[in-house]
Amino acid sequence: MIVIGGGIVGCAVLDRLARRNVSVLMLEGGDDVAVGASRANSGIVHAGYDCEPGTLKARFNVRGNAMIWQLAEELGVPALKCGSLVAAPVGGEEGIALLKRKADLNGVRAEVLSREQALEIEPMLADGVQSALYAPDAGVVSPYQLAIALADRAVLNGAEIVTDAPVVSLKKEGGLFVAGTPQGEFAAKLVVNCAGARASEVNALVGAETFETEFRKGEYYVLDHTERERVSTVIFPLPTAAGKGILVAPTADGNVIYGPTSSPAEEDDTSVTAEGLEEIRRNVPLTYSSPAYNKCIRVYCGVRTIVGHDFIVRPSERVEGLIVTAGICSPGLTSAPAIAEYVEELAGRYLPLANKADAVIRPPRTPRLAELSEEELNALVKKDKRWGRIVCRCEKVTEAEIVAAVHSPLPARTVDAVKRRVRVGMGRCQGGFCSTRVMEIISEELGIPMREIRKGAGHSEIALLAVKEADYEEV
Amino acid sequence: MKTICINCPMGCPLDITEEEGKVVVRGYTCKRGLEYGVSEYTSPVRTVTTLMRTSDGGVVPVKTSRPVPKGRMFDVLERIRSLTAPADADIGFVAESDVLGLGSDIVVTGRPAPHPAK
Amino acid sequence: MKKFDVLVIGGGPAGMAAAIAADAKGASVLLVERDVRLGGILNQCIHAGFGLHYFGEELTGPEYADRFEKRLAKTGVKVMLGAMALSLGGDGEVLLLSPEEGAVHVKAGATVLAMGCRERTAGAIALAGTRPAGIYTAGMAQKMCNIEGYLVGKRIVILGSGDIGLIMARRMTLEGAHVERVIELMPYSGGLKRNIVQCLEDFGIPIDYSHTVTRVVGKPRMEGLYYAPVDENRRPVLSEEKFIPCDCLLLSVGLIPENDILNGSGVKLSRVTSGAEVDENRMTSLPGVFSCGNVLHVHDLVDNVSHEAEIAGSAAAEYALHGAPPTNGELHAVTPGKGVRYALPQVIHGGSGSVEVFFRTDNVYKNCKVVAECAGRTLYSKKRMIVAPGEMEKIALKKEDLDGDVTVRLEI
Repeated sequence: MIVIGGGIVGCAVLDRLARRNVSVLMLEGGDDVAVGASRANSGIVHAGYDCEPGTLKARFNVRGNAMIWQLAEELGVPALKCGSLVAAPVGGEEGIALLKRKADLNGVRAEVLSREQALEIEPMLADGVQSALYAPDAGVVSPYQLAIALADRAVLNGAEIVTDAPVVSLKKEGGLFVAGTPQGEFAAKLVVNCAGARASEVNALVGAETFETEFRKGEYYVLDHTERERVSTVIFPLPTAAGKGILVAPTADGNVIYGPTSSPAEEDDTSVTAEGLEEIRRNVPLTYSSPAYNKCIRVYCGVRTIVGHDFIVRPSERVEGLIVTAGICSPGLTSAPAIAEYVEELAGRYLPLANKADAVIRPPRTPRLAELSEEELNALVKKDKRWGRIVCRCEKVTEAEIVAAVHSPLPARTVDAVKRRVRVGMGRCQGGFCSTRVMEIISEELGIPMREIRKGAGHSEIALLAVKEADYEEV
Repeated sequence: MKTICINCPMGCPLDITEEEGKVVVRGYTCKRGLEYGVSEYTSPVRTVTTLMRTSDGGVVPVKTSRPVPKGRMFDVLERIRSLTAPADADIGFVAESDVLGLGSDIVVTGRPAPHPAK
Repeated sequence: MKKFDVLVIGGGPAGMAAAIAADAKGASVLLVERDVRLGGILNQCIHAGFGLHYFGEELTGPEYADRFEKRLAKTGVKVMLGAMALSLGGDGEVLLLSPEEGAVHVKAGATVLAMGCRERTAGAIALAGTRPAGIYTAGMAQKMCNIEGYLVGKRIVILGSGDIGLIMARRMTLEGAHVERVIELMPYSGGLKRNIVQCLEDFGIPIDYSHTVTRVVGKPRMEGLYYAPVDENRRPVLSEEKFIPCDCLLLSVGLIPENDILNGSGVKLSRVTSGAEVDENRMTSLPGVFSCGNVLHVHDLVDNVSHEAEIAGSAAAEYALHGAPPTNGELHAVTPGKGVRYALPQVIHGGSGSVEVFFRTDNVYKNCKVVAECAGRTLYSKKRMIVAPGEMEKIALKKEDLDGDVTVRLEI
């Protein structure tokens, strides 16, 4: 089987299939998994109270929420069930009541709170907040780390992942699909389209049904760790037709985010706009009393792919053996484990699937410095000095962790791929101090010359010229 | 020529011309500005600091031991491009004496960073 | 548990000077440095211009560092390289991590913080546009060039005209890159006049004051940027936005003392400097913890860093060996008045002797007067032809003259 696309859905699907008695391959267009929408979103594990009852979104959100915490625990991915609040102003009681009714229909725990009750949970709520809906089962997870950990586990269980391999042709010949990529052609009996933004395009390649696809960008501020203590839960405004609105939330890694905006965009337009940031600054104070833009360490933008009002997860109507997932916008992250579970069920209709006897469930994991006791740390340093050398001073990441990331089952070959695995360069200096050392480590460990080390996808080399070897005329 | 005086944060804008064989500086406030203007017009000099390749493929920082004429900076750089310092050259090592006959030596000013041990 | 009289955290110019000064007072000193060598950021500052005040001659950064390293080698200071201080407890105990010894607890009679500063980033200024390869802080580009030997761009724009930005304009030009222009938000440069002339004018690099970068374009590599003049509220005038093709944007948009380790320590930080608030000995609000160099406040000249670190190092040794110095029990606050952004030290103990107060102005002022007052009396008053935020000013006061809080201000 081939899984096209290494976002959170593709990785979750690959992980499940890799534990069955089939051979699976993932084709990913980027330099790493989780480089599209799965890299740049809110990282929220939604409770599921606001999905229209009866939709796939409602079904997969609720089921996904029930699955994701254990999944994160098995994989050692940072996650926190911190609960969420929808913070409503005067006159918002009706909106809160409506959400509560949906919560009941969807089978989601939720509680209507007065201002005073809400303040006990979240002391920094804005003055204008009069009531709230509290959902204790909501929380946050690191979306890219979850996707990467799923991909790593899949590789350990025998899956193959080919990166820098966007699918440019897809044919079905004599019962076999053949996918063409810059890395070569790959054949399979079954294809799962998890191409995210490109799902309709990939379907079109093989003559399957296409969808009207809409893209909306979401911009964010990321705040320093020092802001984390001010925010306890995910704070939403009342949702509108445009979406869940601009939230204030902790991240699973201990930062705080403000965002996202929601404005129409091109497929790959991940640029942050001044207007978008302005919109965030206008909206945050409506729910949260303590915004601190001076503690901003980064701004970013992700692009949601929207196909109608609901997710599409189904066998293709036109092409036998093609399973299609499309329009996996919010609550896609939460839903991914449940979508994968359903995709596996669909795949089972084509191929007999039996469990591998010796599948890895809890892969060996490189600990983070902060998780180690002093005794454990000293034992590691004794074996390998690199455990005693901090490379990323902001996030306290040791050289040993970086080397482990470079040699992980899905190796990190770019600076950004290392960053997403171990957070090196994600702190307040944004890699200013450590990027050069990270490049050296990748270069030494993988034998890639410094001038070929890339930031991320495509031609994103960092060291463009070697001094004294540069031709003045060339520049 | 027009420039600004570098002696203090005032940064007086200087307009320097040659009139009847004499250098005339306009725009200065103090004596230091006048002197600076005259020397910038007649014989501006600069210390060049750059890198030199070492015999093991690394780089070390170097400088000209004295300032060289401003107009010859890129000639000096071009010369340094063709030179190589020994890998173990210490601070003060003279990589070339009297570069291009300008009366200035090319001197190593630093050491390469040691590689962290495994 | 290791015990020393004085622990110095950071082996750059501040840490080395503090350690040497503490050693000279007879203290046993441990100096920890996270890099594989001493010298800190001086190692990558290969340009000349250091040491005119301290050594009376013009040195490059590595040469300046080497002078102190050689002095340090003649002392009894124990140096630990590759070691990073992870935490500072309220009792002054420091947890270190080193490749040779693992986690090490150090309890010293006094601790001197000398960890330096970090650069503000594209994130810190919420730079709009894409996130391609090609956007770096000037310091990172400097390290890539001067230590690693690689250029991070061929056609470069520099945002911010602080000294590092100006120095990098020249460095990249000398190594063969083309620096398109320097863009500065303020109507003046925060850098030295000498650098404006010798780093920009010498090479014909234009500088646009009162302009800013409005957005970056290109993915995965930078293809260019838009920039525009700013109005009196420093907001870009988008109708005058212009495009420059370039593959690299270097940021020189400010430095921030790196006081991460003080989170949760109870040390009082200044909101203006982002460093600790200190007394005239550079002791913080946590007794026995001292701070100096760029971790205390960002300096203009390394020579000033060395002097300040000597004050802190000596005082730390005295504190460790003999306890807090005698005072008359009075404590006078030093507060910035009109035209002054901050003054340091923030408090002065009553007693006798002379104290230097350093301050920075909040704008460029010509023909002004620097005034220090205490309880309505003028302690100091002197005319200045010009003061600028980029240059640290100092005045000397006598402790004997103080009988209340001190205000440092400008008469404009």
